[in-house]
Amino acid sequence: MIPAAFDYQRPASVDEAIRLLTDSGDEAKILAGGHSLLPLMKLRLAAPSLLIDIGRLRDLSYITDAGDHIAIGALTRHHEVETSSVLRAQVPLLAHATSQVGDPQVRHRGTIGGSLAHGDPASDLPAVCLALGATFTAAGPGGSRQIPADDFFQGFLETALEPNEVLVEISVPKVPDAGWSFQKFNRRAQDWAIVGVAAVHNGSTGVALVNMASTPVRASSVESAIAGGASAGEAAAHASDGLDPPADLNASTEYRRHLAEVLVRRALQEAGVA
Amino acid sequence: MSILGNRVQRREDLRFLTSGGVYGDDLSIEGALWVTFVRSTMAHARIVEIDVDEARRRPGVVGVFTGADIDLPAMPAVAEAMSRPVLAKGTVRFVGEAVAVVLTEERYQGEDAAESVFVEYEPLATVVDAVSALTGDVYLFPELGTNVALPMNEPQADDFFDGCEVVVRQRLINQRVAPCPLEVRSGAAAWEGGRIVQHASNQAPHGAKAAIAGLYGLDAADVRVIAPDVGGGFGAKIALYAEDMVLPWLAKAVERPVRWTESRSESMLGLGHGRAQVQDVAIGGSRDGKVLAYRLEVVQDAGAYPSLGAFLPALTRMMTSGTYDIPKVEFSAASVVTNTTPVVAYRGAGRPEATAAVERAMDLFAAELGMDPAAVRKLNVVANDKFPFTTPTGTVYDIGDYGGAIDLVLEASGYDGLRAEQAKRREAGDTRQIGIGVSSYVEITNGAGPPGEFAKVEILAGGKARVYTGTSPHGQGHETAWTMLASEQLGIPMEEIEFVANDTDLVAEGGGTMGSRSLQSGGLAVHEASITLVGKATQLAAELLEANPDDVVLDKVGGRFHVAGTPSAGRSWSELAEAAAGKDQELVVSHSSSPPGPTFPFGAHVAVVEVDTETGQVILVRLVAVDDAGTIVNPLLAEGQRHGGLAQGVAQALMEEVRYDTDGNPVTSNLADYAMISATELPSFELVSMATPTPVNVLGAKGIGESGTIGSTPAVQSAVVDAVAHLGIRHIDMPATPERVWRAIATASDSKKEHS
Ligand SMILES: Cc1cc2nc3c(=O)[nH]c(=O)nc-3n(C[C@H](O)[C@H](O)[C@H](O)COP(=O)(O)OP(=O)(O)OC[C@H]3O[C@@H](n4cnc5c(N)ncnc54)[C@H](O)[C@@H]3O)c2cc1C
Repeated sequence: MIPAAFDYQRPASVDEAIRLLTDSGDEAKILAGGHSLLPLMKLRLAAPSLLIDIGRLRDLSYITDAGDHIAIGALTRHHEVETSSVLRAQVPLLAHATSQVGDPQVRHRGTIGGSLAHGDPASDLPAVCLALGATFTAAGPGGSRQIPADDFFQGFLETALEPNEVLVEISVPKVPDAGWSFQKFNRRAQDWAIVGVAAVHNGSTGVALVNMASTPVRASSVESAIAGGASAGEAAAHASDGLDPPADLNASTEYRRHLAEVLVRRALQEAGVA
Repeated sequence: MSILGNRVQRREDLRFLTSGGVYGDDLSIEGALWVTFVRSTMAHARIVEIDVDEARRRPGVVGVFTGADIDLPAMPAVAEAMSRPVLAKGTVRFVGEAVAVVLTEERYQGEDAAESVFVEYEPLATVVDAVSALTGDVYLFPELGTNVALPMNEPQADDFFDGCEVVVRQRLINQRVAPCPLEVRSGAAAWEGGRIVQHASNQAPHGAKAAIAGLYGLDAADVRVIAPDVGGGFGAKIALYAEDMVLPWLAKAVERPVRWTESRSESMLGLGHGRAQVQDVAIGGSRDGKVLAYRLEVVQDAGAYPSLGAFLPALTRMMTSGTYDIPKVEFSAASVVTNTTPVVAYRGAGRPEATAAVERAMDLFAAELGMDPAAVRKLNVVANDKFPFTTPTGTVYDIGDYGGAIDLVLEASGYDGLRAEQAKRREAGDTRQIGIGVSSYVEITNGAGPPGEFAKVEILAGGKARVYTGTSPHGQGHETAWTMLASEQLGIPMEEIEFVANDTDLVAEGGGTMGSRSLQSGGLAVHEASITLVGKATQLAAELLEANPDDVVLDKVGGRFHVAGTPSAGRSWSELAEAAAGKDQELVVSHSSSPPGPTFPFGAHVAVVEVDTETGQVILVRLVAVDDAGTIVNPLLAEGQRHGGLAQGVAQALMEEVRYDTDGNPVTSNLADYAMISATELPSFELVSMATPTPVNVLGAKGIGESGTIGSTPAVQSAVVDAVAHLGIRHIDMPATPERVWRAIATASDSKKEHS
């Protein structure tokens, strides 16, 4: 339960963090809330030689109304997202889903940026960002670039971020009047989802799944079925089309497929799809 | 007015909640080296070679030792040929078995160095499940040609079920669970001259002392064991472990104190597990609901080295027929070794398994007859006028009102209303079905080992008192309850009574705390010692007052002795203490209680669950518990015990299971993978009081520590099955995980389709 030895730096700015990342190559890791990274290090499943702690860069922690979207700083903690009145009014799906992450301790430490950059298919927020069509801003040595959520999650714990890039901002479209649902199926309140479904419905329908593949994943077949006029029940039958869900202690592949169908149907109904 | 029976707040909590307890890991032990164990990564393998050279060169390393270095005898076991060396010698038999040890100046250095100890293994075939261990041909100790550590075979009568109109059979899995005390194991050892001082997170320091003296060939007087604050044990900390036992050897080898605290991941592998029985039940009776014959056959998984777990079937056997008056009962068992963590006692130890089996059998029998499960139980419980009641397996129940407990719980739960609500939901084809489970239980407390316990009560200068006990509190609240008992007799306020436990140099002897024994043995000893002490003080007061001792009374409100009728001339405890000192006397009584035997707490629980028939998810919505532990000394403490017990009982029914893959690799070795229950998965418990004092001790008290666990597990399991019974389902094994429940539903509707 003690990590292997590592060096530790606390940069004063994002630029300095990027410099440190660039200088130290693959061996360095950004440390944000530490609630995904530190458990891996304690189990010695991860052993970075350098931790670059950006946790105190408070100017990366904000929730701002930016016209048609809300801009969220990468270091904004789950607790702040969950209790933000702006998000509750404008993007209730995100505020609600965040309130389902772990337990209060986890939500007071973990950050939205860390949650997305970790790229864990079992995490809640990546699916929410997919369903909402969020956009991420990454800062690197050459400046910043925008990455749509759809292009961000590339493999198991693998994202589109370059090794020397820092995720700085998450931009989510305002959807104050949309129907939405977050279905998190787990055994204990503080657990990760066995299967989760995020859905948002306003004109078009966005549906994404938690823990149904090696990455957070959009349920494209469900979305196109609805676009083609299918009912919630009919569309839900396509929940795991093209997916190869994992099997683990909590669920076999077969059961995950079944759960996904039930939960997608419930999510669509709750979001207002007939 | 008596203090007994009041909700006196826990005295110990002030400290725990403000300054905090001092647990093993909090001890400051000057100059101590940290002990880190290198643990087997193989379930069954021959150790070819252990290379410690690189580890020795790591920073801070003072010593690295393997089994080959240690010249201690193996730890005593149920079957001597299956005993465990303190560090593995030649063969490893479960993942997590300690194979080497690293001593370092700093703790983190130990984890780094342990990583560079290289163990070369030659894998051996493994046996992971108990039934294969019994019938297969892979042996943990090949020279023995069997995996059976302890057989308990009794002859089976061929005509056992003759005369029964209905016989139902079922295999039940009482799964392996992890006790998960919040404090993991921790300990330290230091030699002071020829004496060893050992700290251990343990429930029975005097037993630990004897074990160390035995293994090291020391005089008992040369061993001191201290259990500092202990953050829970649940039975898993009754005996010392190999990791504790090697500490004195290490301290001697490096001539420095050594200390150790395991991680949670280690604890999940090294601390003993509980339950782990495969049970075959067969129950027979008449169509009108009378049970005539009941047979229970158990295969107990004892884990890799048989210790306490191998004995669990003996406790199961005592309680085979539960609260029922069944004419014919048969029990047989075999305890076998497997390539898994050793099984030990866990909250209830053998009795929850007995109750789970007979309660499930009752449900199956009722279902076969189409009768209400509560009604079948009432029809078969032991009648109130039959106590003391001797069961067919020879256990003598002290006193009970089993039918009364069932009536009470049915009424408190609104049983008829629940059944009506269930019918409505079934009728409507709701995806949220409700299930109602009823359990009736009786258990044995203070039933293992000698029933007596030691206490010493002394008066200190100034008129305060001090109570010493041989019990070993680790969360139960003995400090509160024992000082209440002493205060009641001595007339000295609780705040002025000190409390001493858990140090074998300060307490002469002790049996420790396990099996819900403490109040009826140790509390009783404090009660009796206090009465004797008052008698002694009365003599002294009479001398000082120049009165006849028979005329002297103790005014318990003021704490003064005086001649009856003339309270103005009296002597306080403080004055008596001073007078005694002047006469070179001591106001002290050492005493061992000797209750004639165990007691048999009983009760009945009703659980209500909601099952989502689409996903299989189970939500426990109500748990109503009638638990009769006789006279209650402090309802607050008793309720705390019930709450914890209920939580752990529900956990077995719904959540928790230690699992291995087929090669014996543990797959639930942290609290993310092992679904330890938390408050969010539990409803507010509905506790119903019932108190039938036992005639076995003057306090009228029975044990309460395990009742919650014993009654709740079958009630909740039964509720889950009941929720889907209308689909044709009769049984679902524990834990009732969503996938398992969903599969039961899916299979039932498939077979319905086939039949229609
Ligand atoms: C007990 C427990 C329960 C949990 N339950 C849930 C749950 O139910 N649902 C859920 O979704 N999550 C859950 N989590 C995870 C939690 O939400 C984490 O906090 C989150 O996933 C990671 O955020 P962090 O700030 O802690 O990131 P860290 O652990 O600090 O970092 C995670 C990874 O992202 C990288 N990283 C972090 N920030 C940046 C950045 N700005 N730019 C580039 N890379 C970055 C790090 O280098 C690291 O690789 C749980 C965690 C715990 C400990």
